[in-house]
Amino acid sequence: MTTVLTAPAQAEPLVRRIRPGLTAAGIFLALVVPAALAPGLLTTYAPDAIRPADFFQPPSTAHWFGTDQNGRDVYTRLVHGAGQSLLIGLGATALSLTLGITLGLTAALGGRRADFAVGRVLEVLFAFPGLLLALLFIAVFGTGAVTAAVAVGIGEAAGYARLIRAQATTVVRSGYVEAARGLGHPPLRVVRRTVLPNVLRPLAALATLGIGQSVVWASSLSFLGLGAQPPAAEWGAMLADGRTFLQYAWWTSFFPGLFIVLTTLSTTVIGRRLQAWLDARSS
Amino acid sequence: MPTPEKPVPPPASAQPVPLIHAGNLTVGFGGRTVVRGVSLTVHRGETLALVGESGSGKSVTARTLVGLTGPGARVRADRLEWEGEDVRAWSERRRRRIRGRGIGFVLQDALVSLDPLRPVGKEIEDALKLHAYGDRAARRARVREVMEQVAIPDPALRAAQYPHELSGGLRQRALIASALALDPPLLIADEPTTALDATVQAQILDLLAAARSRERGLLFITHDLAVVRRLADRVAVMRGGEIVEEGPVGHVLQDPQHAYTRHLLAADPALHPKGARLSAAPRPALPEPEGERPRGVVLAAEGLHKTYRGRTAVADVSFALAAGRTLGIVGESGSGKSTTARIALGLTRPDRGTVTLHGEEWSAPAEKARRHLRHHIQLVHQDPLSAFDPRWTVRRTLTDAVRLHRPGHRTPGPAEAAGRARELAAQVGLPADTLDRHPLHLSGGQRQRAALARALAPRPSVLVLDEPVSALDVSVQAQVLDLLAELQDAFGLAYLFISHDLGVVQHTSDDVLVMQDGWIVEAGPAAAVFAAPAHPHTRALLDAVRPLTPSGATR
Amino acid sequence: MTATVARLRRYGVRPAGAALVLWAAATVTFLALHLVPGDPVLVLLGGGSGANPTPETIAAIRHAYGLDQPLYAQYLHHIGRLVTGDLGVSTSLKEPVAGVITQQLPATIELTALALLFAWLLAGAVVLLSTGRGALGRALGSGLETVAAGLPHFWLGVVLLYVFAFRLGWFPVAGGTGIAGLVLPALTLAVPLAGYLGQVTRGALLTALEQPFVTSARLRGMSSAAVRARRALRHALLPPLTLSGWAVGALFSSEVVVESVFARQGIGRALLNAVLARDLPLVTGIVLLIAAVYVLVDLAVDLLHAVVDPRIRTPREL
Repeated sequence: MTTVLTAPAQAEPLVRRIRPGLTAAGIFLALVVPAALAPGLLTTYAPDAIRPADFFQPPSTAHWFGTDQNGRDVYTRLVHGAGQSLLIGLGATALSLTLGITLGLTAALGGRRADFAVGRVLEVLFAFPGLLLALLFIAVFGTGAVTAAVAVGIGEAAGYARLIRAQATTVVRSGYVEAARGLGHPPLRVVRRTVLPNVLRPLAALATLGIGQSVVWASSLSFLGLGAQPPAAEWGAMLADGRTFLQYAWWTSFFPGLFIVLTTLSTTVIGRRLQAWLDARSS
Repeated sequence: MPTPEKPVPPPASAQPVPLIHAGNLTVGFGGRTVVRGVSLTVHRGETLALVGESGSGKSVTARTLVGLTGPGARVRADRLEWEGEDVRAWSERRRRRIRGRGIGFVLQDALVSLDPLRPVGKEIEDALKLHAYGDRAARRARVREVMEQVAIPDPALRAAQYPHELSGGLRQRALIASALALDPPLLIADEPTTALDATVQAQILDLLAAARSRERGLLFITHDLAVVRRLADRVAVMRGGEIVEEGPVGHVLQDPQHAYTRHLLAADPALHPKGARLSAAPRPALPEPEGERPRGVVLAAEGLHKTYRGRTAVADVSFALAAGRTLGIVGESGSGKSTTARIALGLTRPDRGTVTLHGEEWSAPAEKARRHLRHHIQLVHQDPLSAFDPRWTVRRTLTDAVRLHRPGHRTPGPAEAAGRARELAAQVGLPADTLDRHPLHLSGGQRQRAALARALAPRPSVLVLDEPVSALDVSVQAQVLDLLAELQDAFGLAYLFISHDLGVVQHTSDDVLVMQDGWIVEAGPAAAVFAAPAHPHTRALLDAVRPLTPSGATR
Repeated sequence: MTATVARLRRYGVRPAGAALVLWAAATVTFLALHLVPGDPVLVLLGGGSGANPTPETIAAIRHAYGLDQPLYAQYLHHIGRLVTGDLGVSTSLKEPVAGVITQQLPATIELTALALLFAWLLAGAVVLLSTGRGALGRALGSGLETVAAGLPHFWLGVVLLYVFAFRLGWFPVAGGTGIAGLVLPALTLAVPLAGYLGQVTRGALLTALEQPFVTSARLRGMSSAAVRARRALRHALLPPLTLSGWAVGALFSSEVVVESVFARQGIGRALLNAVLARDLPLVTGIVLLIAAVYVLVDLAVDLLHAVVDPRIRTPREL
C-alpha cells in the first residue's frame, strides 16, 4: 500500500483555458474597428446635430450614454470619433516605428561608430520623458490633430529604437547569422534573408502594444487642448469638453474615457499574447 | 503495508539503521511520471552514486528525499525513512529541521547556487543561523573552521567576498562549506563538478572524498562514470525513472548485468580506441570512398597571436591539418582553444601569424576576396539551437545552405536543391519526418545531426568541431562520434576537433595539441601524448580524469 | 587595480556622460527656438497674438536678443546664459523664466514625492499580496497591474474627482491646500505608475524565485515564506529601483495633465499655459528643467545601484 505524500496538483484552472481577457479584448476590437470604418451602420443619430431641448439627458434606452450640453448623443459621437482617434493612434505608431527601425538598424548594422552615435542620441531623447518631447514639438509647430500625431510619434520613437537596436544586435551576433556568413553567403543576402526577418518579427507585437499607448497620448494632447479641437468627435476632445460639466453630467466625460481605456487595454492584452506566442516559437 | 508505521527498534543482529531509506518511491508532474518505484538506502560511512542521463529522474529523486520536489509534484512511497523514522507524516516545519542539519545538499553551479547579493561568508553562516547554532562569535568561528576544512585559502578575506569575485573552484568549495556547516550526517551532491574544468573538478572530487567519514554518508548524482569510479562505493544506474542496476562499483562497472549499463560503458569514448564504434546506431547511407584520396595539408596555421584588451588569448600557435585526419585541441576554459578555432574559421583575425587554406592565403585577405574559399571550411559548435534561424524548418535551412551563390559555380535549382537536402539528411542519419520541423522541436542529437548536414552542404574539406558533443548525453554523444568517424571516412574530411574532454579527444584524434593560457604546451600524435605526457599540464589534465586507484579498493 | 578602474568609470565617466546629455538637451531646446516657422522675433513678442509691432520695435528686439548675430554666436550665448542660470524672459508672463520656475516648483515637488510614495506602496502591496497565492491570485494581481498601467491620467483624474470630490465630498474639488488637496492628484499619478512598477517587480520576483540560490537556501532549511521575503525580494527590487529616474521624469511630465485636471498650480500647469501661449522661452526652460531632473535622478539611482548590487561595484574576477 502506498501513501500519498503531497496533494496532486490542481487541474489547470478554468481561467487559463478560456482566457477571458483575450476574448474580451478581441470582442471589443471587433466592435471598434467597424465603428471606425463605417460609423453610420452602428448609430441612428447624427453626430453633430444640435438639439438644445435634449441637453444633458442621462443614459437611457434612447440615449445609451446620454447626451451632452448641446443635446448630441454621446454614443453616436463616440462611434463617429472612433475613426479619428484610432487613425491618430495608428499614424503616430507608424511614424514612431519607422523612426525606431531606422535608428535601431543603423546602430546594429552600421558598425561601432554608428552604434555609439545612435546610443548617444537615444540617451538624449530619453532625457525628455513621456509627453515632454511632444509638448516641445507642439510649442514649436502649433496645435492640431496632425501635429499631435506627429508629436506623439516622435515622442515614442526612442523607446522603439532602443528595443529594435537591442533585438538587432542580438540577431547580428547570433549563431545563425554567423552560420550564414560562414557558409559564404554574401553580406547583403545575409542581411536580407536572415537579419531583417528576425529583427522585424517581434514588431507585430510591439506595434499592437504601441497603438494603445499612442491613442492614450494623442487623446491626452486633445484633452489638454493641444490636439484635435472640439467640436471634433475625437475621444480626448470629447472628454475635455465634458469635463466642464462633470458635476451635472458625468456621462459626457466618463464614456469617452472608458473607450480610450478599453482600446488601450485590448491592444495591450492582444499585443502581449502575440509577444508570448512569438517568443514561444523562437526560443 | 500499513502506514503510519511505528518505529520498530532494529533487532540486535540486524544491520545498523540506515541514514536514509526510500522504498518504492514514485514521483509525477502533471500526467508524467518521472520517478517509478525507486528504492535506495544510504548508510553512514558509505558513498552511493546515482548515475544516469538527463531525464532519468536522478535529480528529482534526490530532491524528493529532502521533501523539496517542486510545485505540482505528486509523491508516493511505501517507505521514506530518516534514521529509522517515517518522514511521510512529518510536517513541513519538522522536515525543515532536517535540511541543513541532517542533510547537507550541494547543487551544481555555485555561481547561481550562491546568492549573488550576499558575501559567501553569510551564505555559509545561513544554515548555522537557521538552526540556531550558538551566538554570533561561535558562528563566525564555525564559518572559519568549515572554510578551512574545504581548503579555502585566507578564509577571513574570502568570507567577505561575493560569489562573482571568486574563481569557479573556490565558489564550489564555498557552496560545499555551506552544506557542511552543521556537520550533517548525510551529504547529497547533485552534479557538483559538472561546470568545472577538469583539474578543478579533480580537486572538488578529492574534497568530497575527504568529507566522507565513518559517521557520514554521501549520495551523489552524476552522469559521468569516471566520477563514479573515482568516488563511489555503490552505484545505482537510473534510466527513465527506474533504477535498472545497483551494486558495488567494482561489480557493476566490471561485470554489468543490465543491457543499459553495458550500453553506457560501451559509449564511454575514453575506454575505446579510435576507430572502434561506441554505439549500436545503424550506419547512415554514405557513398563508398572511391579513387585516390586527396592527401596533404589542407589547413595550416603559422605563429598565431591574438590579444584581447591586454590579455593574451592565443600565443604563437602553429599547426598543420591534413586531409582525412583529425587534429584535437584540448585545454581548459580560457586556454585559447576556441579563439584558435575562430581564427581558423576566419571569424576572428589574428594580430600576427597566418592561416592558409588549401595553400591559399586565408586569414589575411579582405572578406570579399576570400569569401569564395569559405565553403571549404565549416563549423559545428556546441549549441546547435542558437546556430539555426528559428523561423526556418530543417529543410529550409538545408536548401538555403545548398543554394549557395558561388562565382564559377552553377547555383542548384529548387528541385535539385530539395533532392540534395534529402540526401544530406540521409547521410547524417536524420529521419525524413524531422525535415519539416523547427530546430526547437528536435532532440539534442537530431539538432547536432542537422548542424552536421548543413556544414556538409557546400561540400567542405575541413570541419571545425568546437565542443560538438559536450552538451549531449553519453549515449547520444556515442552516436554522434560514430557518425563523425563515418563521415570522415566517406568524404575524406579533415577535422579540427576542439574539446575540454580528454576522453573524447583521445577517441577521435590522430594528433593533439594541448593548450594552456594561449600557448601550446604539448603537441604530437595522440597515442604518444596520452601514453607518455611530457608537460606537467598534460599530466595534470590526465590525472584529473584517470583515477590512480580503482575506487572502493581503498575503503 | 581593476576595482579602481571600475570605480573611476563609475564616478568619473558616468557623471561626465550625464553632463553631456544635459548639454545635448540644451542644444535641442536652442534648435527648437530656431525651428519655429516664421520670424523668431514675432514668437518672442507673443506668438502672433494680433500684435502689430513697428519695424523699429522688431529691430530693437532683434538686437536685444542677439538675433542679428550669426547662429553660432547665438548658440554660444544661449549655452553661456544657461550655465549662469539665466533661462530668459517669459513672453506671456513678462517675467524671468527662472523666477516662474522657482515660484511653481515647490507645489510640483510635493505632488511628485507623494505620488512616488503612493506608487511604491500600491505596487508593493499588490505584488506581495498576490504572489504565492496560487494561479488565481497571480492572474488577479497581474490583471490589476495591466489595467492600472493602461489607465490614462486624464480619465482616472476625472473619475476620482467625480466620485471622491463631487459625490462623496471627501476631498476638495479644486485647488485645496495642504494634504487633502494633494491626495487625489497624487493618486491619479500613482495608480498607473504603480501598475507599471508592479509588473516589473512581479517579473523580477518570479525570476528570482526560480534561481538555484533560492533552492540552496531552502535546502539549508529556510522556509518558503522566509526565502520570499529575505532573499528573493531583494533581487526583485533592483529592476524597479533602476526605473526610478524614468519614473520621476514621467511623473513630472504627467503633471501637465494632472495639474490641469485638478486645477492646481505647478510646473506642469505653467508648461501647458506656456505651450498654449507659444511662450517658447518658458517652454524650453521648463522642458530643460525636467530633463535635468531626469538626468540627475537617473545618475543618483545608478550610483545607488552600485551600493546595493556588489556585481556592479567590483568587476568579475577569477
